[in-house]
Amino acid sequence: MNLVKSMAAGWVLSCAAQVMAATPAPAKAASTLQVAVVSVADDERYQPRRVEKRWPGQSTGRLITAARLGLDDAQVELHDAGLSVRLREVVADNEAALAASLQQLQNDKVAYWLLDLPDALMPQALQAAQKAGALAINASSPLDALRAQSCGAVPVLHTYPSQSMLADALAQFLAAKSWKQVLVLQGAKPADALLMQAWQRAGKRYGLKTTETKTFKLSGDPRERDAANPKLLTNERNHEVVAVWDSEGEFSRSLVYATQWPRPVLGSNGLTPLAWHAQWERYGGPQLNRRFVKLAQRPMTGQDWAAWTGIKTLVTAWVAEPKGTPLSLAARLRSGQVQVDGFKGLPLSYRAWDGQLRQPVLLAHADGVVQTAPMEGVLHPTDNLDTLGVDEKESPCKAR
Amino acid sequence: MLNAPLAHSIRWVLCLVSACALTAWAQTAPTARVYVSNEKDNQIVVFDAQGQNPERIAVCPRPRDMKFSADGARILVICGDGNQMGWVDLAQKKLVGTMPLGDSPEMFALSPDGKTAYVTVEDDSALIAYDLASKKKLFEVKTGGEPEGVLVTPDGRYAYVTSEVANVVHRIDLQQKKVVQNIKVGNRPRRFSLSADGKELWVSNEMGASVSVIDTGTQQVKATVPFQIAGMRATDITPVALMHSPDGRTVWVSLGRANHVAEVDAASKQVKRTVLVGKRAWGLGFNKIGTQLYVTNGMSDDMTLVDTVQGKAVRSVAAGRVPHTVLVRE
Repeated sequence: MNLVKSMAAGWVLSCAAQVMAATPAPAKAASTLQVAVVSVADDERYQPRRVEKRWPGQSTGRLITAARLGLDDAQVELHDAGLSVRLREVVADNEAALAASLQQLQNDKVAYWLLDLPDALMPQALQAAQKAGALAINASSPLDALRAQSCGAVPVLHTYPSQSMLADALAQFLAAKSWKQVLVLQGAKPADALLMQAWQRAGKRYGLKTTETKTFKLSGDPRERDAANPKLLTNERNHEVVAVWDSEGEFSRSLVYATQWPRPVLGSNGLTPLAWHAQWERYGGPQLNRRFVKLAQRPMTGQDWAAWTGIKTLVTAWVAEPKGTPLSLAARLRSGQVQVDGFKGLPLSYRAWDGQLRQPVLLAHADGVVQTAPMEGVLHPTDNLDTLGVDEKESPCKAR
Repeated sequence: MLNAPLAHSIRWVLCLVSACALTAWAQTAPTARVYVSNEKDNQIVVFDAQGQNPERIAVCPRPRDMKFSADGARILVICGDGNQMGWVDLAQKKLVGTMPLGDSPEMFALSPDGKTAYVTVEDDSALIAYDLASKKKLFEVKTGGEPEGVLVTPDGRYAYVTSEVANVVHRIDLQQKKVVQNIKVGNRPRRFSLSADGKELWVSNEMGASVSVIDTGTQQVKATVPFQIAGMRATDITPVALMHSPDGRTVWVSLGRANHVAEVDAASKQVKRTVLVGKRAWGLGFNKIGTQLYVTNGMSDDMTLVDTVQGKAVRSVAAGRVPHTVLVRE
């Protein structure tokens, strides 16, 4: 029994064909790279009621559409190289069925996996990829632990920024503004603790001071109002900003403009660090956003951007090395020499030590982008993008 | 003390040179005009040759690329948000006509007879030809993603178009109406400048911090000019506009985020010098004799006047919100 719901036919674009029709066809038969975009049907992130909330920084639709757009954008380059890419959408019924779906990909010799999975399922999928000899791209999870386990030559890449990159971006912004007195509110869930961990690390790196840390709770119970009432939670007098770390999104959305004092809210709402924004105005952002909306009928999120970039990455590496294997392409990418254009103004490359894509992070509110990190003046000995996230010397990975 | 007389005489020579330059300016000043399109003010700002006495002409939404009409009496301007081409009458100083274009047009080139406009249309990923008299679309040729720079060869037979996404230059046969060749250049190619003899096509690579020089005989890249600025990394150098000087000896390139323009020797392909201008230098324009370069700075909302003889910025003047293209008329 096949648990894989795959598309009857792969996605092969025809609209770009006219561009290439006139160019002389390459002598050899086109070879095809098969790429699977993997998700699970019962993923909570994609429950319709949750998707319509559009929590900042969270995915609002499966990443297959962004992958198709990435492929669309790469058609000329592929055609000129005499290559083609076939996308296969794999939606496993549930967590239990995921292993079988991945096994099926291995059996079918589909060796390039773009993973659109909840954080909890990402580790097992990355392990399965290594076992199958596939190159896996994490396009949806910010978990730092995944990066710490992607050391050395393993064919794993992360196009979505890590939580520590996102936290560093926000901390750089506060340091540059000299808004250094921070009241921190955090949720009680394990996922909130991970957000908090990245924030504490970032705050320390950029010299921020925590005036107080409180744990919030979603509750209407008057006996719990100290933990539930935004005004009571924020009545500490010395802070300049309120950082809120809320993996769900409901509490932080209610906190903006509800604080005791007139203080900006940032973190999970208010000013948020994002991989992408639907109102990003520069470096081709409006064009990419418009193309995406046309295809997906919804605004482009950071996860969509990471999937689009993942496909562009594979194409860039493969065109450079058409006889490449998952291992050799991953090694090429992780050498840092391959540059990918992510429409964020700087050429992007992969970190050798953990396979993370170096990238600017957008600091944005719901309506627009305020700044990008690295902030002007934040410097690094080799690449300013490495001021975001876990640098080589801090990483448990020893790649070189 | 021995050096003093020498230094003194050098100072005299410099004074003489600048006096000449001033006289030359004074002579051209009454008729010269500099036109700058503003992406966010929806207008064209008109300056005199010194970048002074600005006047404003309201045009269509988000004006970007501009060209003079064949008779020189009008400016044709592309409006990126209005999806239009506008005609600005220079004597009346007003917008006198428009025609609809495809979604999000960016740059354009005119046929040698001035009758046809070839427009790159970002959202349609196409080069679209329009007949300017009838205001009708003639044909379209699909390109790679985000087509931008377009250059029509002097014989009107071919167009070169950059695709920012595909990192290629398309060579389009305008009679066959199709792409006949894709020339791989650097990352995110943007704009062109063709040498006067038509043999070298220079292309800026925004994400490659370089310029590629295409041999138009072989249609191959024959040289690459990398840019460096002391204290900056390659990633901070984002070349966009480029222009051969009127004497053809040098090519000036705007370096975008590096806030500089560079002068490249056309023969040796060596960078001769760089000049600090404003933030995100893009548009370039020369006066007729090539002594004065006008540079539009999109992020500091101004225009810098560069003395190309001295290699120095003379002054920067406010030029409206997000100045894009500059045209000079003498």
